[in-house]
Amino acid sequence: MSKTLFDKIWEKHIVQKIEDGPSVLYIDTHFIHEVTSPQAFAGLNKRGIKVFRPKQIVATADHNVPTLNQHLPIKEELSRLQVEALIKNCAEHNIELYGLGHPYQGIVHVIGPELGITQPGKTIVCGDSHTSTHGAFGAIAFGIGTSEVEMVLATQCLLQSKPKLLRINVEGELNKGVVSKDIILYIISLISASGATGYAVEFAGSAIKSLSMEARMTICNMSIEMGARCGLIAPDETTFNYIKEKQFAPKGDEWNKKLTYWKTLFTDADAVFDKEININAKDIEPMITYGTNPGMGIGVTKNIPNINDMDDKEKTYYEKSLHYMGLEAGTKMKGKKIDYVFIGSCTNSRIEDLRMIANFVKGKQKAKDVEVWIVPGSKQVEAQAQKEGIDKILVEAGFMLRQPGCSACLGMNEDKIPAGKYCISTSNRNFEGRQGPNARTFLASPLTAALAAITGEVGDVREYLN
Amino acid sequence: MSININITDEKKKNVSITKFQSERKIIQSAAVPIELENIDTDQIIPARFLKATTRDGFGKNLFRDWRYENNNETKPIKDFALNNTIYSGKILVAGKNFGCGSSREHAAWAIKDYGFDAVVSSFFADIFKNNALNNFLLPVQISDEFLQKIFKAIKEDANAELEINLEEQYIKIISTAEQENFEINKYKKTCLLNGYDDIDYLLNIKNKIEAFEAATV
Repeated sequence: MSKTLFDKIWEKHIVQKIEDGPSVLYIDTHFIHEVTSPQAFAGLNKRGIKVFRPKQIVATADHNVPTLNQHLPIKEELSRLQVEALIKNCAEHNIELYGLGHPYQGIVHVIGPELGITQPGKTIVCGDSHTSTHGAFGAIAFGIGTSEVEMVLATQCLLQSKPKLLRINVEGELNKGVVSKDIILYIISLISASGATGYAVEFAGSAIKSLSMEARMTICNMSIEMGARCGLIAPDETTFNYIKEKQFAPKGDEWNKKLTYWKTLFTDADAVFDKEININAKDIEPMITYGTNPGMGIGVTKNIPNINDMDDKEKTYYEKSLHYMGLEAGTKMKGKKIDYVFIGSCTNSRIEDLRMIANFVKGKQKAKDVEVWIVPGSKQVEAQAQKEGIDKILVEAGFMLRQPGCSACLGMNEDKIPAGKYCISTSNRNFEGRQGPNARTFLASPLTAALAAITGEVGDVREYLN
Repeated sequence: MSININITDEKKKNVSITKFQSERKIIQSAAVPIELENIDTDQIIPARFLKATTRDGFGKNLFRDWRYENNNETKPIKDFALNNTIYSGKILVAGKNFGCGSSREHAAWAIKDYGFDAVVSSFFADIFKNNALNNFLLPVQISDEFLQKIFKAIKEDANAELEINLEEQYIKIISTAEQENFEINKYKKTCLLNGYDDIDYLLNIKNKIEAFEAATV
């Protein structure tokens, strides 16, 4: 029988199906971090049980770490205690921890792939909604809550209902200046922030296949922003080449064995999805968000939509959103002044993102009143940027290069955008207060953010590319 | 019922605390309305309050930035539903796509800790729904039409009571006697009614999990 990529992986991981209920799904790899794990370990301790499969767990500290002076003790007490709790829990339960100071430390969804831990056909979970990132390798990867973290620590399994299946096909060649962040912001603007809730989404089509692994990760990363349980892309030569030689990639005979299996991981030609959406790559412009959820995005040359044709419920939400953003319906986003630029997060903080920015800003200076923060996704990204001289280019442009962590994407540490200020951000959420109380976020690609860093306003990157 | 969960004596003691107690098979209460769509978990509990290492005390920061002007506890925003004294009760009613965004279970802990036993909406984000269920906070998903009827009933009378019957799977507006059924899978319903959690279930089938591992290596 014809099967989808999702079905093939899902079925291989079912331990048991409960009648009129969920399935027991086996989890291959579990990533943990300091913020959503302490209560799960406390739960285990209360039950008097140990972690079931510590070797299938990898830990890092990312959400709540400072991004300056990481060699010093963490100043903020609660943050320090949380990071110390992770160290203690990992030591007690024999879990590998890539904490502060470790050459592998970084944002959990950056380090998994770059270490070769993320592989096709796996089931992967983490107490973080952007776990969908790992789906770019043809894995079922999704975010879970802390009670579920506890379940996986205790049993390496979860109780899950099978989601419906949606395939989004993006066909054709991308326009100049359009990168993977624009593709996903465009898709979310089409189907809304809840358009894929209840679905696992497979991204397919020639435009997706043409992307690098890092670009694919950006797309799967933001699947959750349209409500999807997970996003995935069938593995191909691009995937295999990326994984090969990575630290924890299979080696020798094991590699050949895995590769043979990975090559079976695709959706069969006549497999049926619950829903399909077809998109022409030519329709996608560089994107920018104007509102307070990631579905509120437009092409950078378009006007903010008018409210005339909305129903009352939508109007209430829309007006609240624009009021928060200090914007007016019907006006242009292009030319809008910004105060901060944040380039980082599990969406866009990888080496290709930094290369793209460095290439664009080389020899240019940041706008006078704009503050620019570059936060690499991991110590490995940071080291590679230094090796390639990217760090120098960015510093010479007047950008502030910080150390790896989630940083101003969620404003949990001290990296917050001040109240009322506008930040163009390569992160994934423009929710009210996300980057700090009353901070205002425009989501965009690294290219569009780099342009804003130079000009001090929202602009169309196509005007600057040859 | 085909679901068989063995509970140890030690566990039974804990169950008596967390159980969706028999008297709560029916929740009858006035409701607090937040008539907004796409309420994300960053609004429910902002990230800066996630530094705790226990599950307790998140209720005081529930909807923190919608409750207070400039993060100042002495300046409550009067017309926000949680501050508006005409509203009370154990049921939170909100617009569609409730709980979207971050997977933080702290959102469910905050709602529960504040004193709500159920959240009613026409649409829940997946991760939030699981988190709620794992904390014995009942997510009641109803049609948009019925949701609007509830908002209207509360608008007409802030004390309008709702009845949520988990056993029978319906929600009723007491004053008008209008009601609608809601879905919940049989397994989860059994868990909620009896105070079982998924870990109890999974720990019980550990031999099956080990057999699965042995077969797939």
